Amino acid sequence: MLRRALRLGLGRGPLSRGLGTHRGDSTLDQNGKLSEIKKKIQSVLPGGAWNPLYNTSHLPPEHSDVVIVGGGVIGLSVAYWLKRLEKRRGAIRVLVVERDHTYSRASTVLSVGGIRQQFSVPENIQLSLFSIEFLRNINEYLAVVDDPPLDIQFNPAGYLLLASEKGAAVMESNVKVQRQEGAKVCLMSPEQLRNKFPWINTEGVALASYGMEHEGWFDPWCLLQGLRRKVQSMGVLFCHGEVTRFVSSSSHAVTTSGEEVTLKRIHEVHVKRDHSLEYQPVECAIVINAAGAWSGQIAELAGVGKGPPGTLQGTRLPVELRKRYVYFWHCPQGPGLETPFVIDASGAYFRREGLGNNYLGGCSPTEEEEPDPGNLEVDHDFFQNKVWPPLAQRVPAFETLKVRNAWAGYYDYNTFDQNGVVGPHPLVVNMYFATGFSGHGLQQAPAVGRAVAEMVLDGHFQTINLSPFLFNRFYLGVKVQEHNII
Amino acid sequence: MAASGARLHLVTPVWNRSTRGIRGLSRAVGPEGSQKKGRSLLQFLADRFYDVQALREYLLRKQVLTVHQKNRPFTYIQERFGPHVAGVYFILKQGGAVKFQGKEWIRSNARGHFPLDFVTFQAVPVEAVDASGCAINYQGLDSLLALKELQSLWLQRCPHVDDWCLSRLHPLANSLQELSLAGCPRISERGLACLHHLQNLRRLDISDLPAVSNPGLTQILVEEMLPSCEVLGADWAQGLKSGPEEQSRDTASPIPA
Ligand SMILES: Cc1cc2nc3c(=O)[nH]c(=O)nc-3n(C[C@H](O)[C@H](O)[C@H](O)COP(=O)(O)OP(=O)(O)OC[C@H]3O[C@@H](n4cnc5c(N)ncnc54)[C@H](O)[C@@H]3O)c2cc1C
Repeated sequence: MLRRALRLGLGRGPLSRGLGTHRGDSTLDQNGKLSEIKKKIQSVLPGGAWNPLYNTSHLPPEHSDVVIVGGGVIGLSVAYWLKRLEKRRGAIRVLVVERDHTYSRASTVLSVGGIRQQFSVPENIQLSLFSIEFLRNINEYLAVVDDPPLDIQFNPAGYLLLASEKGAAVMESNVKVQRQEGAKVCLMSPEQLRNKFPWINTEGVALASYGMEHEGWFDPWCLLQGLRRKVQSMGVLFCHGEVTRFVSSSSHAVTTSGEEVTLKRIHEVHVKRDHSLEYQPVECAIVINAAGAWSGQIAELAGVGKGPPGTLQGTRLPVELRKRYVYFWHCPQGPGLETPFVIDASGAYFRREGLGNNYLGGCSPTEEEEPDPGNLEVDHDFFQNKVWPPLAQRVPAFETLKVRNAWAGYYDYNTFDQNGVVGPHPLVVNMYFATGFSGHGLQQAPAVGRAVAEMVLDGHFQTINLSPFLFNRFYLGVKVQEHNII
Repeated sequence: MAASGARLHLVTPVWNRSTRGIRGLSRAVGPEGSQKKGRSLLQFLADRFYDVQALREYLLRKQVLTVHQKNRPFTYIQERFGPHVAGVYFILKQGGAVKFQGKEWIRSNARGHFPLDFVTFQAVPVEAVDASGCAINYQGLDSLLALKELQSLWLQRCPHVDDWCLSRLHPLANSLQELSLAGCPRISERGLACLHHLQNLRRLDISDLPAVSNPGLTQILVEEMLPSCEVLGADWAQGLKSGPEEQSRDTASPIPA
């Protein structure tokens, strides 16, 4: 049978309408035929990933229903929920395009892995509560037959937020909202704080809020790999390459208010391979922009923001790269096993890392201090001047510490209101966003993936109503007011 | 067409390099990673037939479901007799034992039956629960947490008690004095760190926890975190293998002064 299939494939011209025929090159043509034959054989024989000739799974397919740009935790979560919520097994074809399979600059693996419900916007709290349930049952959601269970290494240590007198009233009202949404957060006076954590200097602290459950930190790499393993087993295709261009068509429409707008639809995504000038077009019905800190560029490629200022057409996706440093230090007299994820009123934060009196932490710079995001080099003076002083004041033991390591990563920073952008673009009708999370995207990923999948498959949000996070708000000028951005 | 002219070339050497990279990665994380030598017949069939694959996925889900079912709250009893009685019923149903204040231990017999007269003890607080070896999990703790006056809790060798469960024990902080987690396969130092909420603990058994990466250091850190608590750790368990278990079963007043 194999030989017959081979002969069939080689003999007939129309069968080899593969990649190869786009060029007259004879060796290429042969290779194109081979992949075609392989497909043929696979369709004749039972069984799945049997590779009689060689593996071409790294090449993007010629069509895919959904193309996800960016294979970070957000992109993979969208892929997972699309496959999980599809009505029939194998109903939609999903392709994830990721340009760097080592994830050397991806925010996901450079983050500090924290998850908390101490937000002020109900939707942010709900997203985080959904995600914590996902993480707790990760081995049910992401189970793959024959593969070992995942160990997400969750540290249920809680977050401890400190407020000065100025911030106390806001903290109190935030905690009220958090409790209403079902988060287990309690308020503490400076006195209670001293009793519970004697290593804290409560000078200047008026109030503290402390998460008793569902908060802490985990291993982002494990979540990423677990999602990857699962979506592969569900039939999602991966391709290593960079999205460089969209081919789209436009049509004109008039809004109810009489304004003329141009609607765009993307038909093809061009995927450029590493070290190569060539690209592969992928026909698609839907594009998901999950390119993290680079999603602003992807939106621009699709023509978002190219129009007269002040119009919907001229409204950019306000997501930028912002460089954030994380420092890793050792302090023999530092706080013990009970140490939560502490966020000082000054904005500086730290948490324990492992058992050996090691800690990691950092601080977001002010708008004027923003470092150049051109590279990922670490500024050690920033620690000396901005991170260490407030932390040593808060935890006197930190006066003697030794920085052992440091790294920098990019926030997918939404300059408009520092919150996620989720859902379709009003004019580029088949581009969906899942980006702009500005430092809390990791913890929202499981829930956001589901929300985007619901939007794609059902046309509206079901589990959590994320309509305040739609793109429209940039045009309308309605900010999502979140007080706890770190 | 310029576009089609620039389409993919399959055999440039650079490509082959990156191809290997991708495949290497997918082997590390993907289903191929499981291609070990000693495969089972089912595994062999699963690679070739989708139905077998589906069957195995179903079996995997079934396992999880069974544990869920065992941990469902008894809503009927809860509505009729209150959360207190429902909690006790839950523990007994799981095969554990319960001690009301000033009464004898109640446990189920070999056939899983137990006397139901505790229903009349509604006003009597439960002071000790021995759920050793039970299938209790995160969800099942709901029933347990209704027993607000609990002073002693044994959760030895519970296969489904993990770090997430330990983070839920804080509502018992006012009463709980003795806790044994010995032999729980899924508890690590990350969960033990939450026990600092239980400031009234006098005795804590954390011996024989295989998931704790550094038992010696962890014990010291737990002792520092709970200064007024006696912590039983690794070496203690070695000499007295069956000690804690016997004690939990037979002592009428399980809290040593
Ligand atoms: C220092 C630091 C600490 C953080 N701490 C936390 C925290 O404690 N808790 C929390 O929840 N979040 C935290 N975050 C934020 C969190 O890491 C991000 O919000 C989240 O990882 C975003 O995920 P993503 O998948 O969108 O982005 P990424 O992981 O960056 O993935 C995007 C991917 O898209 C790819 N890509 C980009 N352009 C293209 C293209 N043209 N073609 C193909 N692929 C492309 C990139 O290679 C990248 O891999 C932190 C971030 C940083 C930097």
